[in-house]
Amino acid sequence: MIALRRLYFALVALFLAAPLIVVAGVSINEKQELTFPPRGFSLSWYGQIFADPEWRLALIHSVTLAVCSAAIAVAIALPLAWFLWRRIAPWANIFQVLGLAPFILPPVITALGFLTFWATVGLFGQFFTAIISHAIFFVTLPLVTLSLGFASIDRSLVEAAATMGADDRTVLKTVVLPLILPYLVSGYAFAFVLSLNEYIVAYMTIGFTTETLPIKIFNALRYGYTPTMASVSIFFVAVAALVFGAIARFGDIRRLLGAMGSDGN
Amino acid sequence: MRREAPKTITDYTPLFFPGLMLVVFFVVPFSTMIVVSFFKRDPAGFYTPDFVIDNYARFLSVFFGSVLGFSLMLAVMVAICCVAIAFPFTYLLSRCSRRVQTLWLVGLLSVLSLSEVIIGFAWSTLFSRTAGITNLFVAMGLMEGPVALLPSFWAVLTGMVYQALPYTILVLYPALVRLDPTLLEAARTLGASPLRAFFNVVTPALRNTIVATLIMVFVFALGSYLLPQILGRPQHWTLSVLITDQAIYQSNMPFAAAMAVFLVLISLALVGMTLLVGRKENAL
Repeated sequence: MIALRRLYFALVALFLAAPLIVVAGVSINEKQELTFPPRGFSLSWYGQIFADPEWRLALIHSVTLAVCSAAIAVAIALPLAWFLWRRIAPWANIFQVLGLAPFILPPVITALGFLTFWATVGLFGQFFTAIISHAIFFVTLPLVTLSLGFASIDRSLVEAAATMGADDRTVLKTVVLPLILPYLVSGYAFAFVLSLNEYIVAYMTIGFTTETLPIKIFNALRYGYTPTMASVSIFFVAVAALVFGAIARFGDIRRLLGAMGSDGN
Repeated sequence: MRREAPKTITDYTPLFFPGLMLVVFFVVPFSTMIVVSFFKRDPAGFYTPDFVIDNYARFLSVFFGSVLGFSLMLAVMVAICCVAIAFPFTYLLSRCSRRVQTLWLVGLLSVLSLSEVIIGFAWSTLFSRTAGITNLFVAMGLMEGPVALLPSFWAVLTGMVYQALPYTILVLYPALVRLDPTLLEAARTLGASPLRAFFNVVTPALRNTIVATLIMVFVFALGSYLLPQILGRPQHWTLSVLITDQAIYQSNMPFAAAMAVFLVLISLALVGMTLLVGRKENAL
């Protein structure tokens, strides 16, 4: 049984890793060619991400987009999650549904909604439209992690603070915020990584004027091949693994993914 | 602090910013899209305001019917493959130590967050003639010479299973990790082999979870917009690809919007079904 399990795990791991191994191999080719196993060894294609003006610009666009949109997503999710935890207002749950909807629907739909909207108000193609679109598209992630975070707060702690004379604002600042900080950070991190990788919403909002890294990779894929695409892909996998690794190291990733009930048992 | 109903207007202030953002930038765009789906196409610009149902009437064509049929068939196949692979895997994973679980979850999240562009590029490389997997088969003496495995239906299916598999595992994970261990212990005490206990006890106990997951993965697969383009031929295009194509390359926004509204209705109906299935499970 244990041998069987090992074999099954190895097969799934192989399936998940195989394309990435090939891409990693391609990315260290010495010449500009698509071969595996790689011929020669060179890390210059990783340098290209930062040295080549076009790739560097795409990287800057992507990082700016991810940093800003994740921040706005958290700014939307935090007061909403706090309100839903603090107050009894059943009709306010409609906002929670609105926050979850963009993520559950097929992404093309959300993207097309933004395209028609920005085109109609005449702001189509402006960089900030992509930031707002991503913030709405990914608001689900901080909303889910923060709701989990609030649910895990022991209400007697808050009550103790209130009994001792702390008002709402003090309770929020000294008790609630420190307790939910890990959930806030992981919500931001999830939104950041996914925004970095997102293609269709970015493409439909600013694709004609600006290139983010995923858009740049797709355009490069259509118009010819360069190993920089491979090195960027591996760079992205590394960033994602680092971020999620950090969340696992400093928080409880199993709980975030639902290993425990909302009461912590 | 007990939860209280909001009494004054100031109690509602935290809702102001989130509510405003979600209404202006989600509800309004969504409604705009529905309205535009009734507009007329303007080849020079985006659209001209009108009220026509031509965009919806086009659904009745053979071409649209075949695209829709293919999209649904593909999504069903992806859902079945993913759940068939993921269910036993997630079950085994939930019996592992915390450390092993955490390690796998980090890996799965990393793959899940990958851009569809990167997944498409990676599989197109793996299936290519010059850098592909067939080179390995040649080296092992299984094949005469390397061949390209794409564009083909199987390439599209493999890519989409790859994309949806981490999602499937993460959807199944909470249900399996919280499964009552005494259920399995009882089966084992009564003499069932581990395999038999898995098929005769665990699988039936989670029947509703499996159905709900199938639907979730089906909706997820319906949303795939790039893999059919990168790994398949034009006849492997799905509804999502068609929407992108009409909106961007044919600049026919009203028709794209009509198809999007149609896709929303399918997805909503299916998500509604999952909720119903989930409710039944909780009631038991």
